[in-house]
Amino acid sequence: MTSTATTAAVVAEDAEAPAFVAVRRGYWGAVFSRLRHDPATIACAVVVMLILFAAVFAPLIAPYDPYKTNMLKRLAPVGTPGYILGTDELGRDMLTRLIYGGRVSLFTAIAPVFMALLIGGALGVVAGFVGGRVNMIIMRVMDVFYAFPSILLAIAISGALGGGVLNAVISLTLIFMPPICRVAETVTTQVRNLDFVAAARATPASTFRILRVHVLGNVLGPVLIYASSLVSVSIIIASGLSFLGLGVSPPEADWGLMLNTLRQSIYVAPLNAALPGVMIFITGMCFNLMSDGLRTAMDVKL
Amino acid sequence: MLFYILRRLIYVIPIAFGVTVVCFSLVYIGPGDPLSSILPEDAPQEVVDRMKAEYGLDKPLPLQYVVWLGKALIGDFGTSIVTGRPVLVELGPSLVNSLILAVGGAMLGFLVGVVLGGLAGYYHGRPADRMFTALAITGVSVPHYWLAIVLVIIFSVELAILPSLGMTASGSTEFTFSAENLRHLVLPVIALSVIPAGIVTRTVRGAVAELLNMDFVEALRSKGLSEVKVLNHVAKNAAPQVLAVMGLQLGYLLGGSILIETVFAWPGTGLLLNNAIFSRDIPLLQGTILALAMIFVTLNLVVDIAQATLDPRIKR
Repeated sequence: MTSTATTAAVVAEDAEAPAFVAVRRGYWGAVFSRLRHDPATIACAVVVMLILFAAVFAPLIAPYDPYKTNMLKRLAPVGTPGYILGTDELGRDMLTRLIYGGRVSLFTAIAPVFMALLIGGALGVVAGFVGGRVNMIIMRVMDVFYAFPSILLAIAISGALGGGVLNAVISLTLIFMPPICRVAETVTTQVRNLDFVAAARATPASTFRILRVHVLGNVLGPVLIYASSLVSVSIIIASGLSFLGLGVSPPEADWGLMLNTLRQSIYVAPLNAALPGVMIFITGMCFNLMSDGLRTAMDVKL
Repeated sequence: MLFYILRRLIYVIPIAFGVTVVCFSLVYIGPGDPLSSILPEDAPQEVVDRMKAEYGLDKPLPLQYVVWLGKALIGDFGTSIVTGRPVLVELGPSLVNSLILAVGGAMLGFLVGVVLGGLAGYYHGRPADRMFTALAITGVSVPHYWLAIVLVIIFSVELAILPSLGMTASGSTEFTFSAENLRHLVLPVIALSVIPAGIVTRTVRGAVAELLNMDFVEALRSKGLSEVKVLNHVAKNAAPQVLAVMGLQLGYLLGGSILIETVFAWPGTGLLLNNAIFSRDIPLLQGTILALAMIFVTLNLVVDIAQATLDPRIKR
């Protein structure tokens, strides 16, 4: 046990070659043992959990009402007694607003990647497994979406649909579908041509069973890892949409919109104005590092 | 080689066609029709009908598309609903202004990325590598519009040494090179450069580290070649891949500068798009997106062809 742990620790140091750790415990055992010895990934996971927890239980945690304005206490600086992170341009408590803002921000960051994973992943697996003309049609359609810079397409679709959280989620789903589909298609095509799939075809196993057991089992890992790496991009673009005014409508707020409205106050309360962006930054960064750590631990190459 | 270029050119046609379809459909995924923004709600039916006929909105959709495409092909993107001027007239100067920002951001990002990535790759696994890799991750994780605001807070509000808004000192929307106007470029260019800097750092680091492990480097070193010359070989081998990433990033910057342009009130395509969206000026929205997407497609094409020309290993 101790010796395995030490090996794992040593190998985890070198992020590039973690292939032969704790073979005895099987694949997932090895993955967890590598994760356990990766403090950066664990720290990021803890931070993300805390932010998620705070967002979900916002009404229980937040010290004030997020919508209650107080004109006498506008733009109180960070560190004011009672208002630890200060107040915004309408005198609302910043800490409370940041906790509540995480709800929409996290939702618009995670939901599109999840939706894109379901739709894009399914399309990619079908394209890769069926091949031929179906593959060509699906992949060429995806190529069209590749012809747009992703932020531009998200803004264009959101702009055409009109603002709002739901429309932001739709536009983000559309921009994350093509890359996920491409990864799923590539991996599925590789798996489909392996000998064990040919062997399974020779048995009475149904196509559905082959797909579920042999293909999905091998495709899911890389696709999940890839999708997880998109969450940090998603939170930056989603908050960006909101920053442009294409997300939630006031008085409700997420981090992007808070950043936008507080921009008028940079001369009076610069620290307050920068705070919502710090949340976007920390969350995005933690998701990014978590995804990297998971990729290394699962030994997935994309 | 010629055959490869030809095949690549033919491949672009369906993509470009798809792009026009997406741009055209932007009108119809939104609520209301494109005229709702300029006509009062209680406009008499005959006025609405006349306007619809004028803009060709009374025709069936496929026909509208063909007409729109035909005009777009000869550079006629229609008339902005809000300003009444041709979309192309609105688009031209904005595009130039955005290009100034994008090229500036790209150059700075590439410079930083190549230096940091090269060092990280050369000192693979050492502290310098860890530090620059961490910087690269920070670069791609930072919301660049927030960084822009932070830069404004530091350099315009607190230190008061750089302008926080606009493109020129005079407020003109035409960029001329002068010391004063260059100062307006500093903050937006830095804010735009962090993402390409991070991505290029990663790419260069990966390429350099991989190449340095290859047998040919061993061979070059063992025949007594100086380290500088060895690195020259490595750079030549890494170049095609790195150039490809750089080309793509330039395209992303051109399309993605809208948020930075909003922060700095930079009169580029971003500001144009912003206006088009909030005044529901659909022809302007369509035209801007189409122009930017076509530039992006062309850039991809150029990058692919350049990469194939530079790198004999790519199959043609």
